[in-house]
Amino acid sequence: MLFYLFAILAILSAAYVVLTRNLLYAGFSLLITLLSIAGIYVLLFADFVAVTQLMVYVGGVLVLILFGIMLSSRVHNKSVLSESVNKVWGTLVAGLILVGLSYAILKANVASLPWLQPSEVDVLGNQKSTVQSIGIKLMTDFVVPFELASLLLLIALMGAAYVATEKQNA
Amino acid sequence: MEQIPLEHILLLSAVLFSIGVLAVISKRHAVVVLMGIELIFNAANLNLVAFSRHDPTLLQGQMFSLFVILVAAAEAAVALAIVLRVYQYFKTANLNQIVTPEK
Repeated sequence: MLFYLFAILAILSAAYVVLTRNLLYAGFSLLITLLSIAGIYVLLFADFVAVTQLMVYVGGVLVLILFGIMLSSRVHNKSVLSESVNKVWGTLVAGLILVGLSYAILKANVASLPWLQPSEVDVLGNQKSTVQSIGIKLMTDFVVPFELASLLLLIALMGAAYVATEKQNA
Repeated sequence: MEQIPLEHILLLSAVLFSIGVLAVISKRHAVVVLMGIELIFNAANLNLVAFSRHDPTLLQGQMFSLFVILVAAAEAAVALAIVLRVYQYFKTANLNQIVTPEK
């Protein structure tokens, strides 16, 4: 089944981000993780979120990260490897979090929760895509967060440009 | 098309979350730590979208995950700008070698 293919791909490439010491390999395997998560979004009836994931994460954030790698990975003309530290403690903490979360998820038995049952079949109804209802919601219920988001993006843009510029007399 | 069991999606996002935590703890290059943070964001988003599938009025989780993606993009832009400044100032992006000089 397609979901498990995407899930295995996402987990393996996410693990490779941690395991590899080459920064560029880590960036490209993060690309595979983000792509397979976008595929999972499509399988979960979230087509607009999937396209947003592709455009914002794969097209924007990942390109930024690759720029960051290329501009910051050389020290005295030697390319830098990202060595791992705290291996034991890191694995221990991450493993404990994983075990705790998995225990909670399996114990909670989410599939039998009453409020999850009613819309179990035919989620989208007669509409074929979520784009129209997302657009309507953005202009009605979510209009204040939408405007705040535009303000936040403007602030982030100006702040990033200001922080990243060379200051001549600073 | 049969439904994907909700537990499997939640378990996948738990795995991605702990891999992200591992990256944040065990990597010392600032950009790789950012990648771990992006993995954590994606794990949270996956949960939101998964539960949004069961939302009768639909889409509250999807709206939320859209805003999460947006804030993550803004965060990545500012964080990478800061990393570049730190790299220009300290000539390294290794978090353990970044120390404030004594006044």
